[in-house]
Amino acid sequence: MDLSEQTLEKIEKTIAKFPKKRSAMLPILHLIQEEKGYLDPEAEEWVAAKLEVTPIQVREVVTFYPMYRQKPIGKVHVKVCRTLSCALVGAYKVCEKLEEELKCKRGETSADGKYTIEFVECIADCGKGPVVQVDDKMYELIKPEKAGELAEEIKRMAEAGPEAVATAQPGTPGFKG
Amino acid sequence: MIQKLPVQERRIVYKHVDEEGYTNDIECYLKNGGYEVMKKAYQAQPEDLRQEVLNSGLKGRGGAGFPTGMKWKFVDHKSGKPIYLICNADESEPGTFKDRQLIYQDPHQLIEGMMISAFANNCAQAFIYIRGEFINGARILENAIEEARAKNFLGDDVLGSGYSCEITVCRGAGAYICGEETGLIESLEGKRGYPRVKPPYFPAVLGLYQCPTIVNNVETLCQVKHVIDMGGDEFAKIGVKGDSGTHIWGVSGHVQRPGYYEIEAGACTFGDLLHDFCGGPLPGRQFKALIPGGSSTKVLKWGEKFKVKHPNDGQEYEWGVEDIPLDAISIGLCGTFLGTGGSIVMDDSTDMLEALANLNAFYGHESCGQCTPCREGSLWLEKLSGRMTSGKARPEDVPLLKDIADQVAGRTICAHGEAVAWPVQSAVPKFQDEYLDKISKQASGQRYNPAGYPLI
Repeated sequence: MDLSEQTLEKIEKTIAKFPKKRSAMLPILHLIQEEKGYLDPEAEEWVAAKLEVTPIQVREVVTFYPMYRQKPIGKVHVKVCRTLSCALVGAYKVCEKLEEELKCKRGETSADGKYTIEFVECIADCGKGPVVQVDDKMYELIKPEKAGELAEEIKRMAEAGPEAVATAQPGTPGFKG
Repeated sequence: MIQKLPVQERRIVYKHVDEEGYTNDIECYLKNGGYEVMKKAYQAQPEDLRQEVLNSGLKGRGGAGFPTGMKWKFVDHKSGKPIYLICNADESEPGTFKDRQLIYQDPHQLIEGMMISAFANNCAQAFIYIRGEFINGARILENAIEEARAKNFLGDDVLGSGYSCEITVCRGAGAYICGEETGLIESLEGKRGYPRVKPPYFPAVLGLYQCPTIVNNVETLCQVKHVIDMGGDEFAKIGVKGDSGTHIWGVSGHVQRPGYYEIEAGACTFGDLLHDFCGGPLPGRQFKALIPGGSSTKVLKWGEKFKVKHPNDGQEYEWGVEDIPLDAISIGLCGTFLGTGGSIVMDDSTDMLEALANLNAFYGHESCGQCTPCREGSLWLEKLSGRMTSGKARPEDVPLLKDIADQVAGRTICAHGEAVAWPVQSAVPKFQDEYLDKISKQASGQRYNPAGYPLI
């Protein structure tokens, strides 16, 4: 599997931080997913060899945790919180509005590959609900009447060229955590 | 026993949260007296520090409220194995958002609290297990750790004491169950977050890598800094007997000013919190229900009366929801829990069956699948209440909800079973009239309560 020098270096550093190699499993899967966008069987086998475990021991982790993806996602990843605190102030309406504006159903990627919308469980920002996490950025107090505005911003993010996404830095649009 | 004075916050761990000009770098922290408590602590004997925490009466702030000093006392110091400290930063209980502020705005307070706790318990290494969605929070902590290392507040030979300890950040990946301490430990070992059977796997004896391990919440570890600063006995004077210190109340849902408020335990009531701090109900609305301390704590209903005999003063009280003092003892007397202090408020626009279906969907999604009663029960509840809210409810579904929940609680490895059951067990008796009324009306195919937002 070809990983960038930068990612390989981060992986080595991460492994060194734990008393046992296997403990680096979750952080390493995050690092690979950040570069590749998702985790395929090749990645699972690579991690297994790296951490000296069997491929099934990686696979069981990838399939257990909701944040690990086994398929590519859209250019912009939109996560709308659906749990009670956000729902009470309009999260379901917000999600509907985003689905409509971005022409993308929850749990799916839009036909043009630009957006993936996920309806996720509580992301611990309940006092500022409804909250929407776009890539690694939080948007708070997105009332249904403000969802259109957010959709416009998401569309602008999707317009950024492929270079902008490939080189996106943490904390900027396009970066996939 | 309630002082009827204008209620004020008492910010201890939240002292600098949202303070103008306060930044999360080490220079700002040092300017505000940062790491001074740690320097003092490193002159003391570890067992004396542990005794201070025990004397303080500090209880864990992650929801279960177990006394921190006791948790530390159970640690096996004689095994010869390394002892590990884990900070549980997997804040995931719906309605809870108190640790987020500490992590994002004051990470050095957490590091100082951790380094004091690690020293006090002779820990070989410390970890912060942070929920995967706190992407920037994990970066902030990693930066803060490097800043602290540069100034020798962690790493090798900390402050020339001869004691060495690293803090390692590990990001989770979206599984609620990893907030359960043994599920967290499994996850930190690079596995699925399946909670372990206790006994024998009490973390204090057989935790991370089968070594003695302490798992404490973010806020708890921040509080430890203040316990050591003021001394255990002084700290114990804050709050009420049996619940010392402050609680951070994170209020969400139907109030004018949702947000977080740090209040001395027992200093005011739910009424004060919801009206004085949070500005009361939304215009034209009335409060209807309150989930006091995170979504799994039992729901309270406006109009209910709680007749209690308070152990602290021997007096008898009759409280409505708004009269309940904000301390763990009083809230416990009313049949629910203080939990994490994440209060979810619902007003009269809320369809209570949809609210229950929303929570059932959460717990169904988050069951790890290890124990049959929880795996099957939580999904059954999710499907059942989902069907009931989609217009296909039968009157007999209402007792069925409770019947299922009754068979989950107490039959699982971890407390997720209770978390699945409690919302249902508490809500069904209190709101069944509303459910039945809805069922009889919904044949027309319309939403029962179109005033509120859809919740499922």
